[in-house]
Amino acid sequence: MKQRLLVLAPPIAAIVFALVVSAVVLAVSGADPFTAFGNVYEYGTRLNTLVETINWSTPLYLSAIAVAIGFRMNLFNIGVEGQYILAAFIAAQVGSQINLPPVLHVLTIIVVAMLVGAVWAGLSGYMKVTRGVHEVISTIMLNAIAVGGLVSYLLGIWDAPDDTSLDTALKAIPESGWFPDLNPLVGGGTRSDLWGFVLVAIVVGVAYHFLINRTRLGFDLRATGYNPSAAEVSGVDPKRTVVMAMVLSGLVAGLVGLPELLGNTHTYSLRFTQGLGFGGIAVALIGRNHAAGIAVGALLFGWLSRASGILEVRGDAPREIVAIIQGVIILSVVVAYSIAEKYKRVEDAKAAAAALGDVE
Amino acid sequence: MTHPAASNDRLPSLTRSWVRVLRAPKVNLVLLGLGGVLLLAFTEQFARIPTTDLASSGTWKIAVAWSIPILMAGLGGMFSERSGVVNIGLEGFLVLGTWFGAWGTILTGNPWIGMLFAVLAGLLGGLLMALATVTFSVDHIIAGTAILVMSPGIARYLSDLIFPAYGGSITQSPTLTGVSTFDWPILAGGDLFGWNSPDLLGWLERLNWFLVSHAAGIARGLVFQMSWLTLIGIAVIPASAWVLWKTSFGLRLRSCGEDPDAADSLGVNVYKYKYYGVVISGALAGFGGGFLSIQLSGLYKEAQTGGKGFIGLATMIFGNWRPGGTAAGALVFGFAETLRLRDPNAPHALLLLVTIAVGLFALRAAYRRRWQSAAGMAATGALIGWYYLTADRVPNQLPQVTPYIAVLVVLLFATRRLRMPAADGRIWIKE
Repeated sequence: MKQRLLVLAPPIAAIVFALVVSAVVLAVSGADPFTAFGNVYEYGTRLNTLVETINWSTPLYLSAIAVAIGFRMNLFNIGVEGQYILAAFIAAQVGSQINLPPVLHVLTIIVVAMLVGAVWAGLSGYMKVTRGVHEVISTIMLNAIAVGGLVSYLLGIWDAPDDTSLDTALKAIPESGWFPDLNPLVGGGTRSDLWGFVLVAIVVGVAYHFLINRTRLGFDLRATGYNPSAAEVSGVDPKRTVVMAMVLSGLVAGLVGLPELLGNTHTYSLRFTQGLGFGGIAVALIGRNHAAGIAVGALLFGWLSRASGILEVRGDAPREIVAIIQGVIILSVVVAYSIAEKYKRVEDAKAAAAALGDVE
Repeated sequence: MTHPAASNDRLPSLTRSWVRVLRAPKVNLVLLGLGGVLLLAFTEQFARIPTTDLASSGTWKIAVAWSIPILMAGLGGMFSERSGVVNIGLEGFLVLGTWFGAWGTILTGNPWIGMLFAVLAGLLGGLLMALATVTFSVDHIIAGTAILVMSPGIARYLSDLIFPAYGGSITQSPTLTGVSTFDWPILAGGDLFGWNSPDLLGWLERLNWFLVSHAAGIARGLVFQMSWLTLIGIAVIPASAWVLWKTSFGLRLRSCGEDPDAADSLGVNVYKYKYYGVVISGALAGFGGGFLSIQLSGLYKEAQTGGKGFIGLATMIFGNWRPGGTAAGALVFGFAETLRLRDPNAPHALLLLVTIAVGLFALRAAYRRRWQSAAGMAATGALIGWYYLTADRVPNQLPQVTPYIAVLVVLLFATRRLRMPAADGRIWIKE
């Protein structure tokens, strides 16, 4: 019971703390926090907001899984951001240029996106094992090269000429390459579609759980994360494990942009959502790299980002308060976990001392 | 024959340290600088698609100014990492600096007070980062990520609350007036106690002599129409070198980044020095941000930092966690950015320069019988040269991503020359 409390207390404490901080921010900026929270709650429990919450939790969940695969062996994949944007962009272009029967078309787009993500992440892994370049630095640089360089340059070249909108965008993917929605599940009639890609996210979550806890590779990852030298002595090839972890992480990262691409926009444009990679880091931290924990974190962040829209509409505060809340949650959840760990160590030491005392 | 160091011992200590500075093996650097000027002059003369402004004082004046935010981020990163805290939140501190600098300037109408706001905002950001990483032993990368996520949100949130009342919007502030500029006397024709001194470098530049005028142009870029803020920014380079390597404060701070256990055992308060390192880091980056909005752009605009914090991080790595190298890197990238904005043909001409430079490095490697790297560099040079000959324009994005590619190349092929602080990134907890 006490153990379970130790697992649940830190994230709850962090979220409460973040709520307090946001209440203070709201109060300082001249809004009544309680009215604002009331508005968010009321708007956030509407069916349409809940549908959007699920839609936007899906990419966050995938992104967090991608980050978590690295975290399990103390690898920081800061590059999910660049990997998913590049992957979605290339996949959107490929998807718009080919004509295939419905299911095959979608599968092709998914495979292309995963491969692009894997290659871009694998580059960092390769640089780490061959030349010792720290993955944080290489992924930061590759993010900038992918988003500011490749995508920006190619978007200018591939910009659809027949496009009627003013936005710079690729040619749209034909309908055979759309992911079906799940509207019947919510009875239809909501303003937003319920994107079907959430099913893929669930599959990925289960696969992640299985891979980490039930396979040789997952064991190697965890072993390397806990104690690299011990893992190496027991026969884990550290270089291979690093590259595999980055490639796996990139495969999942490649999926992050697809819920939006296949479920809603069907094209890549300048307005394509960015920042999901960093959001994923936060969610992975809250969920402690656990498939179910990450789902809770993703739903929370997805809900916050959707439900907060009402703050702007009602004139309480700019919705950017969400970014502030998210930052506070990241910091406070990590601090809370480290305090809980310290507490647990002390308790363990006490218990051990007590047990030894009995023997004497 | 006496050893030169022995004869120096008789000199007073201040003179002695100056002699040592002058005799230090910086000859290489000077030669490298001269070679750079020669390459620039050559490129300007013989570029396939003509470009004019590569070595003019006008270009270099702007290049120096544009390199200040990168420099400040880089030096900030250096302070933090010298104390052992990896700081990927620099971009966030820059953002805070741009916003608070603009706000302070609007509130008071005084850009100097705006800069003070910017520095304080960065400092507070640094304090938050230090609190997380040092006091609560949060992983440095995670704390940096939190800063990166939060800062643009804070800036946009505050913009929406405050700027509309002053005629701005959620994405930008009203226009700002920066601090005044001056010309250096004698070198660039500034006034000296009411005496209108000659413009020596300007005269040399106008002579239009190959190499001499180019060198004069570049040098004049460093001394004419310079804002006082730029001067302060440049002064931070020697100041930080002095603080880190010539004072006991600096020695202690660096010891925390090299071996915190040893530092602790000798009575250094490791936590305190890590706090200093990170807070100074934030303050410097805040200065860079304020400079960017107040002095360079004349307004705060969303996303105007455009990755300068990350470029600063990159220059710090190339600069081997030292001020001189960081400054050189910042100047190169500031120059690249300036050219991109001034003359669309210039980046193409620079390909020629890069080709020749890579070729020279290939020759040097061959001379040293390092055949493998010589072949690699020759192939790279040939590729860039081929691109130079076949393409007529370089995509806009290429100059922008060059810093990132460059840092990867350096990390991949020149890691032996780099040495980061030994305990950089380690979470240290006092036993």
